[in-house]
Amino acid sequence: MAGENPASTTEYIQHHLTNLVYGNHPENGWSFAHGAQEAAEMGFMAVHVDSMAWSIGLGVLFCWLFRSAANRATTGVPTGLLSFVELVVEFIDGAVKDSFQGRNKMVAPLALTIFVWIFLMNFMDLLPVDLIPELLMMAGVPYQKIVPSTDPNITLGMALGVFILMLYYSIKIKGTGFVKELTMHPFNHWAFIPVNLFMETVGLLAKPFSLGLRLFGNMYAGEMIFILIATMFAAGAGAGIIGGGLHAQIFGEQTSAWFWLVIFILVCGVCRLNLKGKISTGRTVLLCMVFMTIGGGLTALGGGLMQWGWAVFHILVITLQAFIFMVLTVVYLSMAHEEH
Amino acid sequence: MNINLTLFGQMVTFAFFVWFCMKFVWPVIIDSMEERQKKIADGLDAADRALRDLALAQDKATDQMKEAKQEAAGIIDQANKRANQIVDEAKQQAKSEGDRLKVSAAAEIEQEVNRAKEELRATVAGLALAGAEAVLEASIDEQANRVLVDKLAAQL
Repeated sequence: MAGENPASTTEYIQHHLTNLVYGNHPENGWSFAHGAQEAAEMGFMAVHVDSMAWSIGLGVLFCWLFRSAANRATTGVPTGLLSFVELVVEFIDGAVKDSFQGRNKMVAPLALTIFVWIFLMNFMDLLPVDLIPELLMMAGVPYQKIVPSTDPNITLGMALGVFILMLYYSIKIKGTGFVKELTMHPFNHWAFIPVNLFMETVGLLAKPFSLGLRLFGNMYAGEMIFILIATMFAAGAGAGIIGGGLHAQIFGEQTSAWFWLVIFILVCGVCRLNLKGKISTGRTVLLCMVFMTIGGGLTALGGGLMQWGWAVFHILVITLQAFIFMVLTVVYLSMAHEEH
Repeated sequence: MNINLTLFGQMVTFAFFVWFCMKFVWPVIIDSMEERQKKIADGLDAADRALRDLALAQDKATDQMKEAKQEAAGIIDQANKRANQIVDEAKQQAKSEGDRLKVSAAAEIEQEVNRAKEELRATVAGLALAGAEAVLEASIDEQANRVLVDKLAAQL
């Protein structure tokens, strides 16, 4: 965690924004990168292992979840998981039917995959920023970005996948009409062909890039805010017992994860007691705040509340971004199917 | 912010998951949902039909009940009428029987009276004759007086 001085705060933020990279380093060959510098030196021949692992893992989770629901599909009364999955499927089906008029068996499953997968990837943003990276750090993994959609490779990868589909269907459905669209639009005269081609190409290319970068930008900014709020936890190291809490007094700038684990277990214990009905809700909130204050002082308490507030707001953002990506994909594919 | 092989990795993964969803998830769920929709629609239709049938049956039952009631009332009426008739007939019969008995009894009485009169007459005639015999002793011609006495006796 970061301390009060700007250098270590910057380090903390940079560390959180660095992927775990495996690639072909000009000097070390195929290896894991040690730091952003080496990762940059690897250039194109590198893989963000964390992004790939999380995105594949979440994709597999999606497939497993929906497949197990599909296995249980009945024409009788749907229960539990099945009714949830049907809710999602029906929602997607409605959205696709609204904006896609053509006949294509691929669009609806594509939209479902995009929506659920991106939602799951975005959802990783709601996990505490330090939780998994810190745990993996203990296990010896130096860098970890657990939100795949904050990696432009991931978002642009999906956007390029959509772009390829757009091109494929444009050519398949329109044939030469597609060429005409690129060359004779918006100025319908042979003399304007270069101008038209340039404008249409820019317009065409703008679609996947805006698609990918919009998602990336939103998630990156959201993650950044989580990280910035998280720096508050340690910012109170010099703020005395009230401002900085116990951890700053004992550990200074280098807080041990074990210390926070104890606080975490205490908070969880209090919440569990509340759920069992042993203590009132008001007291639960109060006790949690007291633990936070004892552990990290007022800065940690404020940070915790802000994290919580931003997470609540972020739930809207992650859902909305997943939805926008899906709807735009459907709209782009719909445009690819339409003759002008 | 490095663009690298991850881009293509994600594209391949994306394609795979879309294929998986297209093949194993979407059709299964959407088919079962459509089938269920059809089943529910059919069920609702059937329920509507059943409701209509029920209303019809109820109407029919009410009609039949009304008819039956009417019939029953008719039967009771008829029965009452018949009962009255039977009672009247019985009364009539009893009256006529009584009359007949009365007449026959009167005739019998008459007969009895006549017989008694006859007997009385005979006895009185005998008695008178015996009395007269006793009074007149042998002087009187029984044959001549007999006619006289009989005449007298007939006046009784």
